[in-house]
Amino acid sequence: MHFLEDARTVKILVPVKRVIDANIRVRVKPDRSGVDTDNVKMAMNPFCEIAVEEALRIKEAGDAGEVILFSAGPSRFQETIRTGLAMGADRGVHIHTDEPLEPLVVAKMIAAVAEKEGADLVILGKQSIDGDNNQTGQMLAAIMGRPLGSYISEIKKNEDGFAITREIDAGLEKLQITSPAVVTTDLRLNEPRYASLPNIMKAKKKPIEALTPEDIGVQVSHRMEILKVVEPPAREAGVMVSGAGELVDKLKNEAKVI
Amino acid sequence: MSDETKVLVIAEHDNAALYPGTLNTVTAGVAIGAPVDVLVAGHGIGEIAAACAAVAGVARVLVADHEIYAHPSTEEVAALVVANGGDYTHILAPASTFGKALIPYAAALRDLQSISDISEVVSADTFVRPIYAGNALATVRCADPVKMITVRTTAFDAAAAQGGGASVENIPAAAATGQVQFVEQALSASERPELTSARVVVSGGRGLQSGDNFTMLEQLADRLGGAVGASRAAVDAGFVPNDYQVGQTGKVVAPDLYLAVGISGAIQHLAGMKDSKCIVAINNDEEAPIFQVADYSWNEDLFAAVPALLAELEK
Ligand SMILES: Cc1cc2nc3c(=O)[nH]c(=O)nc-3n(C[C@H](O)[C@H](O)[C@H](O)COP(=O)(O)OP(=O)(O)OC[C@H]3O[C@@H](n4cnc5c(N)ncnc54)[C@H](O)[C@@H]3O)c2cc1C
Ligand SMILES: Nc1ncnc2c1ncn2[C@@H]1O[C@H](COP(=O)(O)O)[C@@H](O)[C@H]1O
Repeated sequence: MHFLEDARTVKILVPVKRVIDANIRVRVKPDRSGVDTDNVKMAMNPFCEIAVEEALRIKEAGDAGEVILFSAGPSRFQETIRTGLAMGADRGVHIHTDEPLEPLVVAKMIAAVAEKEGADLVILGKQSIDGDNNQTGQMLAAIMGRPLGSYISEIKKNEDGFAITREIDAGLEKLQITSPAVVTTDLRLNEPRYASLPNIMKAKKKPIEALTPEDIGVQVSHRMEILKVVEPPAREAGVMVSGAGELVDKLKNEAKVI
Repeated sequence: MSDETKVLVIAEHDNAALYPGTLNTVTAGVAIGAPVDVLVAGHGIGEIAAACAAVAGVARVLVADHEIYAHPSTEEVAALVVANGGDYTHILAPASTFGKALIPYAAALRDLQSISDISEVVSADTFVRPIYAGNALATVRCADPVKMITVRTTAFDAAAAQGGGASVENIPAAAATGQVQFVEQALSASERPELTSARVVVSGGRGLQSGDNFTMLEQLADRLGGAVGASRAAVDAGFVPNDYQVGQTGKVVAPDLYLAVGISGAIQHLAGMKDSKCIVAINNDEEAPIFQVADYSWNEDLFAAVPALLAELEK
């Protein structure tokens, strides 16, 4: 059982992002510059919660020794790291910047920290629910030259690395990938735990290392310019129908879709 | 738009047939400029290459037909895209799980920032894309020399599958690292049309209560020549497989007719279907948010409504 002994030195890095809570209805700013984030409830991106949970389960199964959280953004992002520490992660790394970040830049930052920490596995969310980019994990794998397991619903450590199952458009796909690796989480991977009160207290004492992009040698470039952000055309509510006959008649003769 | 544009579309297929989303992606490519070439990687794909060459608007088809591409990994296709993508100003793929994994990976290999899920081409460097589950539309300009793009296929018409006469050229396989081994696929076999391009979609939610009850929706879909979809809650509960999920983090559909049965209408679900031409909702809660976007709302118990609808359609 050679990897049981190694397991204590295995490190998992989990990048977590702070986003507007999934239950909040977002509002576009009147000046069309973006979405209003003032006094809006924020939360950890749901796919990142799933990533944290999976990292903790791998550690609890004895296949890893340490779970390190990563977040890049304004100082408020430390609260999101704290949320993951309260779930049970060991420590955090916060890259402090007030600049808007594009996925390629975030991926470069994660790569720098993963190298520095010697992370064996990086687990990201598949998508941030604000920008809906679905890019960072793929870019990280490419930058680091590591195998990519995107949209996973299962991951198991084995002698050759990791056996993963991916959710793809046509169903499920199983792959074997070598370690070290980069994976991104899909919804069915697990159900994240809630932080218990004692763990929330404990998390306050866990270390968060604060660094700047310069500290890790990453330049914050901007290749994308947001020209405007508008609301999509609203759909009007239609009419109530009261029976199958009426519905079929309307679909045939009014909407002409059947 | 500009004389210098050169567009490459990465075809999606399963070695048996070209996926329809490829045709919509060609239309997005044509909107950007010309020429539009197509790259197709697979194994035993002579007919698919021919199908690509027949698509109206395509100039050249690059074919990598090799056994290593029978079930290619993201990194293998990306290596091919990088090896053959040097001349192109725009590289596009459908915003499917295939394209969404591929394009950012290939972009990062070339130090490019990709653009996800475009729903409109404004100009060769400016695009519209939905953000925040489609609650906002961002117009973005990309300064990178090459635009790496995934395309929301429901936002573009399909290019004509016939009428083109592209040249077909074989390209060699590209070296990859061999860090990813294909093991197996468990695919949902279905005779019904593919969900993202079906003309009719019948979706069920938590209200269906079980996988068995989806049989009713299958009958309805078959009667209407449609596909079956689901909400996340129905997938999470195990009623239907993951590939049925419609929404912000599942599939985006925009059929002529979308029937939402026992689905509440959370924003994450609406994100995947609110561009449908006609929406019908069946729900026993008159306050259900789905009614706010439905053209025809039927406030009824689905276990009474669906059989009645089936009976009416049989008449
Ligand atoms: C990160 C994230 C991503 C997500 N991505 C997606 C996504 O891609 N797609 C998606 O769909 N959701 C997604 N969701 C989940 C979404 O927020 C909702 O939880 C989900 O859509 C609810 O599914 P539902 O409408 O089937 O269930 P519910 O909200 O429970 O609604 C069930 C409905 O059925 C009705 N009903 C019950 N019984 C009957 C009956 N007998 N007759 C008629 N009506 C009945 C009820 O009135 C109710 O309106 C996501 C959530 C998060 C946080
Ligand atoms: N600023 C950030 N800080 C930490 N992790 C991030 C950040 N942005 C993106 N990520 C990670 O990348 C995943 C995918 O994000 P995206 O590519 O933006 O959709 C997220 O779920 C996070 O795991």
